[in-house]
Amino acid sequence: MAEASTSSDNSIGIVKPQTAEFDEPLSLANGRSLARYQLLYETYGTLNKDASNGVLICHALSGNHHAAGLHSYDDPKPGWWDAYIGPGKAIDTNRFFVVSLNNLGGCDGSTGPTSINPASGEVWGPDFPSLRVRDWVHSQARLADRLGIARWAAVVGGSLGGMQAMRWALEYPERVNRCVAIASAMKLTAQNIAFNETARQAISRDPEFKDGHYQRSDTVPRSGLSVARMIGHITYLSGDGMGEKFGRQLRSGSFTQGQDEPVEFQVQSYLRYQGERFSDSFDANTYILMTRALDYFDLAREYQNDPVKAFSHAQCKFLVVSFTSDWRFAPARSREIADALMAANKEVSYAEIESDAGHDAFLLPNMRYQAVFGNYMAKLADEIETGEQEAGN
Amino acid sequence: MRSDLDIISTWIKPDSRVLDLACGDGELLEKLQQHNISGYGLEIDPEQISRCIAKGVNVVEQNLDRGLGNFADNSFDTVIMTQALQTMRFPHLVLQEMLRVGRDCIVTFPNFGHWRARWHLAFSGRMPVSDLLPYQWYDTPNIHFCTFKDFEVLCRELGIEIIERRVTTQGSANALKQKLPNLFGVTAIYHLRKR
Repeated sequence: MAEASTSSDNSIGIVKPQTAEFDEPLSLANGRSLARYQLLYETYGTLNKDASNGVLICHALSGNHHAAGLHSYDDPKPGWWDAYIGPGKAIDTNRFFVVSLNNLGGCDGSTGPTSINPASGEVWGPDFPSLRVRDWVHSQARLADRLGIARWAAVVGGSLGGMQAMRWALEYPERVNRCVAIASAMKLTAQNIAFNETARQAISRDPEFKDGHYQRSDTVPRSGLSVARMIGHITYLSGDGMGEKFGRQLRSGSFTQGQDEPVEFQVQSYLRYQGERFSDSFDANTYILMTRALDYFDLAREYQNDPVKAFSHAQCKFLVVSFTSDWRFAPARSREIADALMAANKEVSYAEIESDAGHDAFLLPNMRYQAVFGNYMAKLADEIETGEQEAGN
Repeated sequence: MRSDLDIISTWIKPDSRVLDLACGDGELLEKLQQHNISGYGLEIDPEQISRCIAKGVNVVEQNLDRGLGNFADNSFDTVIMTQALQTMRFPHLVLQEMLRVGRDCIVTFPNFGHWRARWHLAFSGRMPVSDLLPYQWYDTPNIHFCTFKDFEVLCRELGIEIIERRVTTQGSANALKQKLPNLFGVTAIYHLRKR
């Protein structure tokens, strides 16, 4: 969701996005369908002979297909999860074949609100069908078919990505070996929806938004999108983390008696910078679509609101991870997942990682997180490689 | 393998479902998996949790002093706690919780009534420090020591039935432990259920 690690040691190196086109209509949860669409994705590592080492990475709200590596040698920043995907990293690209895509409805190359609606010949804009998490899962399943992956070794995601991973476990139980849900939840709280709504209001009240038809009028609701991002960003950090990073440090001005110099705190300029940078690169309609998918998600809704009943359909093993200072997707939400899984008699491990980085912790380097996640994936890789050897003999 | 874990694994029926409280590095659960016994370990130590995960043992991070409120009544065949009862804030409440969540339970703990401990306290006038209990009184996870006798009194008070008790010893005290377990037993292993 926010800053990825800038560490590039053991990077997978230069990666290139690929495109998969789909002509078969995709029926959506809202009753509409998409006649055709494309998904932009990247892969890291090599698919083994029996296609059993595939790992699907599901991205969060503002993520995309570029999870690891660099796009060019002078790329200033690696992919958003480079801290955990690469040779020798938690998701070891020497052992796994990693697939990371830009979700449908995104704005980084997959079909979404900024694409052309083939029916009208115009940009979709706000008319792009609203999506739910399960729609992403179904589109990802088609990408898996295309890549020859009948069953994922693991479906992995943080935050909204964790919701996709859990939905995978219920929609395609026979196609998932492990589900890793990090800093996630079975549904958002009212407070969480409230933050998303405030962000959407910031966008839709921007005069440049034009009811979502800003592309038609060649405007961009930059200020709305940037405020939306600022709101989000505050909630992805923890109070302590922000205090540590910025405190009350001033960027300019002073409080000297007798001086009337305008004062700006460091945290102000940081937030503004984050907002502005985001509004240059992200699409407002996509932001609205993605936050709505987050709000709508309720893992157990169709299972009589009983998470135990929901998870009883899963066949995979689970790893659930949370971070102590994450108040947007609090540890309590992850404990609910672990409790429901235990009550459903599913195999699960759960770890609550000490961190002051708030929700963003799931993206950042952390020794204990690395150990838990890395050990889990390494054990899985061992099992896959043993299975391969046995099949070969 | 610790000798108490050996005995425990003979007490648990194959194919049953267990909860191992303060499961450490998952040694017992890993052994039980071979008998198709499934379940979860609860643990609070980050290093131990990572070790469990590396072994493929299901481990859930949970502070046992906050109870087992997230588990339904009788949701496990057996709830186990080895060598950790003495580290609990309220051992009697933990015991009751174990028997609420499990149909039966297995508890092991070090015997503070062992003659060495008594000797140490009686003649040096100081709290015992030994290989098995290597901590100083002011810096120890073991905050609630008891003797076998103490434990059995508590079981009576709480209406807990002792199905079986085994005692392990050090060295050649085998014959003595049968007659005087509270003096010669090092570790007690209790198999308990609700009355």
